Amino acid sequence: MNHVTEEQLILHYYGEEAGEPDTCDALAIEQHLEECADCRSLYGSLQRVLNIVDSMPVPERPADYGTLVWERIRHKIPARRRGLGWLPAPWRWAAAGVAFAGLLVTAFLAGRSYPGPRPSSAQMAASRDPQTSERVLRAAVGDYLERSQMVLAELTNTDQKGVIDISDEQERADDLVTETRLYRQTATRTGDTRIAGLLDELERVLVDIRNSPSQVTPADLEAFRRRLESEGILFKIRVLGANVRNQEQKL
Amino acid sequence: MEQSDLHQVARARSGDTDAFRILVERHSRSLFRLAYRMTGNQQDAEDVVQESFLRAYKQLGKFDERASFGTWLYRIAMNCSLDLVRARKRRNEQLAPADAELDEPVLSLPSTDPDPGRLALSGEVRDRVTEAMSHLSASERTAFVLRHFEGMCIEDVSRVLGCQPGAAKHSVFRAVQKLRRALEPLVSTAR
Repeated sequence: MNHVTEEQLILHYYGEEAGEPDTCDALAIEQHLEECADCRSLYGSLQRVLNIVDSMPVPERPADYGTLVWERIRHKIPARRRGLGWLPAPWRWAAAGVAFAGLLVTAFLAGRSYPGPRPSSAQMAASRDPQTSERVLRAAVGDYLERSQMVLAELTNTDQKGVIDISDEQERADDLVTETRLYRQTATRTGDTRIAGLLDELERVLVDIRNSPSQVTPADLEAFRRRLESEGILFKIRVLGANVRNQEQKL
Repeated sequence: MEQSDLHQVARARSGDTDAFRILVERHSRSLFRLAYRMTGNQQDAEDVVQESFLRAYKQLGKFDERASFGTWLYRIAMNCSLDLVRARKRRNEQLAPADAELDEPVLSLPSTDPDPGRLALSGEVRDRVTEAMSHLSASERTAFVLRHFEGMCIEDVSRVLGCQPGAAKHSVFRAVQKLRRALEPLVSTAR
């Protein structure tokens, strides 16, 4: 057997021989180490170095450390809504899709009263309790609007100096884009051009957030803030969200 | 354990903060060990632990139940540690010129606060080891900490790092090679 490389020795030390776990490799290396003084010396050096590194202490934490951590962060934990917001994005999307299958959506998005037309037999089959369905729908849209508002508000209200990492907001914006598209298409289909227009604006803003660099400067955020103000998007979302919540409470 | 974690995650997702408290209590100590080895500083490690749990809570909806909650949490903690290190590097750059040879942020030396564990190592050995560790790049140190101290296999290390196993393996190689070269004179004289 040729000399063993340093990389092979490192893998051998960690019990991860090259390729698939193969005891033949390990045995072959062991055998070579017994026969080859140079490789044995190299492996010995490696072991001693790693043993020294291993002996570096980590400050011990008390047994109740977890409780202490919880006490420090519990006040910073935001209340999690018991709506559909906790579902993974694809499920939220699916839930929203099912929810919007009914005629309820027009009145729902516009924040109007429930219109006159009776639900079809298919809708009756889909939901035997329209009022409950409507309440769920309103909660879902209210939750979606609230999350959109929060992402925009967090970006516009930050007062950090230097480069700011917005990757968390970007992930949330990415989730919201899909939902926005669904709601916008529904509003377009039902002829509610005002709501469709607002959701179109919101979608463009969310896409821009998602596609921007994750590290931005205060100047970038200031430009973003001015854009939102000039278009009045945040205000319009607040109004629409308040309407939806109001309707939800009435049900 | 993982089954139980998943159960708590499901409860936490539905708004049960008590379930999240259980997860925090269960994983805080191991997260602190990891964060300390990444940042080399007690206060920074404390900050990383707290920030990691807050980020995890915000992102619970993104957690894939097929994965291990612990591994997912480690990944968040690694990212928090690297964010903190990068922020510290930016601050330090304002005080001193950057090292042109380094393409990744280098982690700082651990603090020299005395404690019984530290005093057990001779001062010289400790200083040399900490200095050698500080010369690892972020990815090398991350991979090394996970493989060497946390005992993760290369496959799991790559999952936490979000890279291919080959890349994780090479990060471990480079880390060990750097450490061996830096510390070999020390172990030679100690023999």
